[in-house]
Parts: sequence; structure tokens; C-alpha cells
Amino acid sequence: MINLVWLVPLFPLIGFLINGLVRNVLPKGLVGFIGSFSVLLSFCVSVGIFVELNNSDVKSFIIPLFDWIQVGSLSIPFSFQVDPLSSLMLLIVTGIGFLIHVYSIGYMHSDAGFAKFFSYLNLFVFFMLLLVLGSNYVVMFIGWEGVGLCSYLLIGFWFTNSSYASAAKKAFVMNRIGDLGFLIAVFLIYSTFGSVEFSNIFPQAANFTDAYLRLPGMKLGILTAITLLLFVGATGKSAQIPLFTWLPDAMAGPTPVSALIHAATMVTAGIYMIARSNVLFTLAPLTLDVVAIIGLATAILAATIALTQTDIKKVLAYSTVSQLGYMFLGLGVGAYTGAFFHLITHAFFKALLFLGAGSVIHAMSNEQDMRSMGGLKKKLPITFLTMLVGTIAIAGLPPFSGFFSKDEILAHVYEHNKVLWAIGVIGAMFTAFYMLRMLFLTFYGNFRGTIEQESHLHESPKSMTIPLIVLAILSIIGGFIGIPEVLGGKHWLAEFLTPVFSPSYAITTTPVMDHATEYTLMVVSIVGVLLAITIAYLRYIKRKHVPVSGESVERGFLAKLSYHKYYIDELYDALIGRPLNALSRFFYKIMDKSIIDGLVNGSGKAAVETSKGFRLLQTGNIGFYIFMMVFGVIALLVYGYYYGFIIFD
Amino acid sequence: MQTVTQTIQSVPLNHYILFSAIIFAIGVIGVLIRRNAIVIFMSVELMLNAVNVLLAAFSVYHNDASGQVFVFFIMALAAAEVAVGLAIIVMIYRNTHSTDINVLNKLKW
Amino acid sequence: MSIPLFYFVAFLSIFFALMVIFAKNPIHSVLYLIITFFTFTIHYVLLNAQFLAIVNFIVYMGAIMVLFLFVLMLLNLNKDTEPMKSNFVKIAGVIAGMCFLVTLVGSVKTLHISEPVLLINPGLGLVKNLGQVLFSKFLLPFEISSILLLSAMVGAVLLAKKEPKNI
Repeated sequence: MINLVWLVPLFPLIGFLINGLVRNVLPKGLVGFIGSFSVLLSFCVSVGIFVELNNSDVKSFIIPLFDWIQVGSLSIPFSFQVDPLSSLMLLIVTGIGFLIHVYSIGYMHSDAGFAKFFSYLNLFVFFMLLLVLGSNYVVMFIGWEGVGLCSYLLIGFWFTNSSYASAAKKAFVMNRIGDLGFLIAVFLIYSTFGSVEFSNIFPQAANFTDAYLRLPGMKLGILTAITLLLFVGATGKSAQIPLFTWLPDAMAGPTPVSALIHAATMVTAGIYMIARSNVLFTLAPLTLDVVAIIGLATAILAATIALTQTDIKKVLAYSTVSQLGYMFLGLGVGAYTGAFFHLITHAFFKALLFLGAGSVIHAMSNEQDMRSMGGLKKKLPITFLTMLVGTIAIAGLPPFSGFFSKDEILAHVYEHNKVLWAIGVIGAMFTAFYMLRMLFLTFYGNFRGTIEQESHLHESPKSMTIPLIVLAILSIIGGFIGIPEVLGGKHWLAEFLTPVFSPSYAITTTPVMDHATEYTLMVVSIVGVLLAITIAYLRYIKRKHVPVSGESVERGFLAKLSYHKYYIDELYDALIGRPLNALSRFFYKIMDKSIIDGLVNGSGKAAVETSKGFRLLQTGNIGFYIFMMVFGVIALLVYGYYYGFIIFD
Repeated sequence: MQTVTQTIQSVPLNHYILFSAIIFAIGVIGVLIRRNAIVIFMSVELMLNAVNVLLAAFSVYHNDASGQVFVFFIMALAAAEVAVGLAIIVMIYRNTHSTDINVLNKLKW
Repeated sequence: MSIPLFYFVAFLSIFFALMVIFAKNPIHSVLYLIITFFTFTIHYVLLNAQFLAIVNFIVYMGAIMVLFLFVLMLLNLNKDTEPMKSNFVKIAGVIAGMCFLVTLVGSVKTLHISEPVLLINPGLGLVKNLGQVLFSKFLLPFEISSILLLSAMVGAVLLAKKEPKNI
């Protein structure tokens, strides 16, 4: 089965080609079927691969497809790597991808671009699989760019709305900044190791002493430089400070897109990439610290912003940014397994939450503002229950999946640095608070929307609720793949992933924590979460507090900061956007219009003006012409007399 | 005939060149100072004939008949030129009732 | 007497050439031109270029000059009607021509050829000799020149034809 791994990306590609090329001919049902079924086939193959890999003794396979680039010493094969990390990612991408495809059949049923949507989704899955499967950084980069493209296309799916289109543009540009970092990192890797193949780089890197390899004129070790640049790429794709502002705006896309691309899969590409390159990162402690700090800062910043947002998808988007921050925090403290664990569970419950939000929006006739919702519990029972599961999972109450993964990260952070841990726990409390706030505002209380919306309220069709249920089950049981030892589990995930992360663990020794500390940490975080839930309950159920709308409302300083997202968009606009615009205007007005156009027009005008002078020579008088001719002949002869004619030689 | 040809034997070639140059220059002056197109045409004929004489002289000097053949061609050319040229002048006269070249100054800016 | 003969004829040529360009009446110009061409014919004879002498006599003095005369009389230009150019232009023209002559002669002087023109082969300019060269070495140009004359004839007829009025 592993040798058939090329089938996995092939099916979505075929689906994309069919849906993309003949979409105007096919009926809607068939389009949805092709789109979903191609991903389902990939999922089946992925399962086969996973099972075979699990039973196999060899844990890493490289399946070359063809030689792609062969130039001099540069050799880049187009090959796939199957190991525990990529096989798990395959399962996530194809599994959740399939569920979301099915969900989209219901969600998008009345959209004019139904087939287009499915072809984009399939293309996205194809590129995501390339990213995951690539056995070298270049193939990974194809996938990396491809998912960025699909993300752009899907965010701007309703491109007739100009703010949506500009959100897509923003996402694309922000991603491009990160991609540049990634690309430079790949160049550096090639120049350092002479290869871009994972299987060549990592063993080399382990024997690398950073001391003698330094960049010219820089005190930075080359591994640190590479990993920092890779991290820049990751911040772009995974929405970390300073490149995170695109993700909330990316909610302009259809909700299934938010669930698949901007919650479950694409934004985790940065995590995957760092987990894949864990050896390099472990060898660069400075980068790890940067990763941890940025991750934590992003987690807290996004969580505080989410506290005051009123758009249901915006809350989830900031929640995603925050959770991604936790993953980076985990990576930064060397908890690669924990980060990847959180990636998996997050994929489950965040996809669930987004799909649930999509179901709500669907029921509310495309209303996204939570202030107009409320009391939906009765009308949308399945959605409510599944959302409840997702909320508890992300809040981190046992035995739901989010608890295990988040606690594993936090436990590692505690070993690493107590202060970071404390901030992390506060962030987790924020998370619990804003998620519960969202849940209460949406499903409890009285309905606050228009009568028209109320009469239209309905539970979503089966194609939407079934994926919700499946994801809810996964959110509940997803954590069981990594029950820590202290709770009597085996931590199957850590074992399974050992071949991937063992080089890193060989470099750094993780201190073993005593069980008492571990229990304490768990209790502390559970208590914190319960506290947050209580506050949310008091505020939004007991007091029926509803956030007021409008910009004019007086808010406290902190609330104002949070509501306006810390003015980061405005800051970027002022720091980068405006100077760039001013510079462009300068170049347009001064350089282009005055200097360059001036040169071109000036030479034209000069020719015209001199011609105006010289054309007076054309008197039309034949006698004058002959005069001039005679003088010309005389001049020629005089010249010949003094300098010699060739014919006289 | 024989006696005539013997008489020429000792004229230096330079003098032929000088003679031709003078005739040619007279032709040039004629072109420059006259306004009657037909007279200008005649001056051109003068120039052509100056060259003809020089060609014949060089032909004898180098003992090469090609020079004289060229003179023959130039004469053919001159005949054609005169025929066409005079036809053009007749045309111009028909249109402007003049052969003054200063009338023909339409060809300017 | 042979050498003075050349210089005498040359003098006559120059004199009548000058008369051509300075005569006020175009008819007189043509007549002086005929005389000039006649002196050229003498030059050809002196060079033993007998064929050229005959051709020059017939074609130039006969055909071309008669053509000139015909045109002049046809256009009724046999008067001193020509408005002469201003003196300034005349003097400028003469000076230019003289400059031209001086530079021409000056550049020729650099060649330092002053050997006499010797007739090595007396039969050089005879019809027989020229004909052989013309029909062997210069056969193609000869044929082409016939086409030239034909086309010139057609062109002349076409140009001089009276245009139909009121097209």
C-alpha cells in the first residue's frame, strides 16, 4: 500500500480536473459526489498506508516518482516520504477534508459557484497532500505555494464583494512574506548541506557543529539562520505574530473553507514543517526560544482579542490563531509530540466548531453577528450539542481531546519556564471564557434577530449534520491516542512518532517529571478553566449580558484595545502600508511621470524642435540644393586631398 | 588618318585631365547660375561630355578599349536622359507656363 | 603643329562652353553647345577614337541638339525672357564652380601623372575593335542599354502626351 502513496494526491487532482474542466456540464449532485468521493478514496488509501506503516518495522519510506530537476550537482527528485508524521497528516487532511467536502454539499447547495468551489477544494487537498508528502523542501514548497493559492482563491470565492476580494489579497500578500523566508531558508539549506532532501539533511545536521559555520559578517550560526527563516515561513502560513492579521480576515471565505483551510489543515502547515525539521530546530536553541515566545505572545494576544469580538467566525478565527500559538509554544519548548498532538485534536474540534458555526450561519440566513443570535438551542439541537462538545474540547476539560493535548504542551512549558507556563494557563482560561461566551451568546437566552430570520430557522440538512456528529465523536475520543502515563495511558502517539523525533530527543534530554507535579498542573489548569466558565456563565446567562454594537460606545481601555484588535491592522497600515503607498506615489509622480516620461517625451520633443529648425533648410529651391551638393562634393574632394581617397591608393 | 593619330602622341595626360576638369567646372557653374531648366540641362550635357573625353583619353593611355565602350554607353544613357528630361520639361511648361526652376519650389516643408 | 592643335581645340572648347552658359538667349546657348560638341568630335579624332567621333557627331550634334532646339522652339522660349538670377547668386555660383575646379585639379595633381598619351595600338578606337569588345565583354550591358532606350522612349511619349482635359 505504501508504494501506492502517489494515489493519495492523484485522486483529488483528478477530482479537480473533472470538476474544473467540465463543471458546466455536470449536475450539482455529481459534482459534489466526485469532489467528496475522490477525497474519500484518498482517505481509504491513507488508512491503508497508516495500517501498513504501523505494522511495519521500517518507519520511513521514500517513494521516488521521477527525477524532477537535474542540474549539475543539484538533484531534486519528485518523491514522497511516508513516515509516521506524514501518514498521520494524510489521515487528517483526507479524513477531515472528506467530512468537510460532504458538509459543503449541503452548505453550498444554492451557490452559483458550486462546482468551482468543489474544484478549488479538491485542488487544495491535492496541494496539501503534496506539502505533507514531499520528501524534500522543494516539493514541500510546491505544496506550500499551492495551498496558499487555493487559500487565496477560496477566501476570495465571493470576489464580487470587494472587501472579500481584498481580504484574499491580504492573505496572499502576508503569506508571500512568509514564503520568501521559507524560500531563502531552502537556498541556505542547499548551500549548506548540498541537498534539499530531508533524508540527507537531517543526519548531516545532527553531526553539525555550529561553531565553525557562520554567515559572513554575522554572528548568527547558519542553523539558527535557516531555522529562523523557516520560522518566518511558518509565521506566514500559520498566522503568528507579526503575520497573523490575514487569518481573521480570511473568514470572508465560505465557512467550510474556514474549517478546512484556516483551521484544520493549511494553517497547521507551519507546525508540520517545523515538526518535520525538528532536528534543525533542536540544534538551534535560540530559534526555539524565539518560536516559544512568539507562539505564546500570539496565543495571548489572539485570545484577548477574541474576548470582545462579536462575529462568530471572527471569534473562532482568533481562537485558531491562539491555538496555533500554543502549538508553536509547544514546538518552542521541544514538545514536538505535544504540539503535533494538539495539531490533531485542534483539527478535530476546530473543524467541528467552524462547521457548527457554518450550520448556525446557514440557519440564520447568513447572519454572522452573535448579537443577533441567541436561543438557538431548541431550533438547532444537533448543532448545539456538537458545538458544545467542541467548546468543551477546546476549553480543555477532561476527558475531551483538547485537555490532553493542551496539558501536554503546558506540562513541557512548565519544565522549561514557569513564567511561560503561568501565562499559558491564563491564556487557556481566556480560551475557555471566550468559547463559552460564544456558545452562550449563540444558543442561550432569547432570539435577538429579525422575525424573518426567526421564521426561517431550521436544523441543517443531513449532509451537514453528519460530519458534525462524526467530528464531535472525534473531538471526544481524539485525546485517547495520547493519554499520558500519569493517567494510566500509554501515550500511543508519542510512541508512534518516536522515529521522527528521536534525533531531537537524542540531542536534548527531557527531564522526567514526577507524577505529583503533573497532577498539580492538571488540577490547576482544570480549576482555571472552570473558573473561566463560571465567570462566563454568570455574565452571559445570569445577567444576560449582550455586547452592545457600534463604535460610539464607551469602553474601558483594555476592552477597547481588544475590540479594535490592538489596532494592529491600523499599525501595519501606518508603518508599512502608508509609507509604501507614499513611496509608490513618489515613484509614480516624480520618478515615472516626471523623470522617465520626461526623458521619453523630452527626446521626442527635442527631435520635433530640432526638426522644426532644420526643415527650414528644405527651401524647395532647386538651385540651393545644387549649391549644397556642389559644396558637398568640394568637401569630399578636400577631404580626399588631405586624407587620401581609397581609389587613389 | 594615320598621320593625324601620330600627331597626338606627346600631349601629357595631365592636360587632358585639366581640360576635362575645366569643362566639367563650366558645366557646374552653368547649373548653378542659370534658372532656365533647358539651359541647366545643356550644362549637364557639358559635364557628361567632359567625362566622355577623359574616358577616351584614358582608354588610349591604357590601351584598353573598355573606356571607349563606356563612352558609348554614356552616350546611349545621355540620349535616353535627354528624351525623358525634355519630356518632363515640356510637362512642367504645360503646367506652369515657365521653365524657371525657381517656380518649382513646392517640394519643401 | 600637332601639339598646338590640341591646345587650340581645347581652347575653343572651353571658350564655347563658357558661351553656352553665359549666353542670354537659350537658342544661342544651344548653338554654342553644338559648336562645343563639334570641338569634342575633333578631340576624339585626335585620340584616334574614330567610332566615338562619328557617334558623337551623329547622336549629340545631330539628334540631341536638334531635340533641344525643337523643345525650345516648341515652348517659344527663343527670347531673352529668362529672368536672370541675382548677381550675388551668379558670383557665388562662379566662385563655387572655381572652388570645385581648384579642388578637382588639386586632387588630380597629387597623382603626378604627366606621361604623354601614347597610342600603342592604332586600331584601338576603330569600329572593328570596339565591336569585338562590345559584343563579347559588354554584351549584357549592351542588351540592357537597349531596354533602357526603349523604356526611355516609352516614358518620353507618355510624359509628353497631352493630358485629356476634364478627367
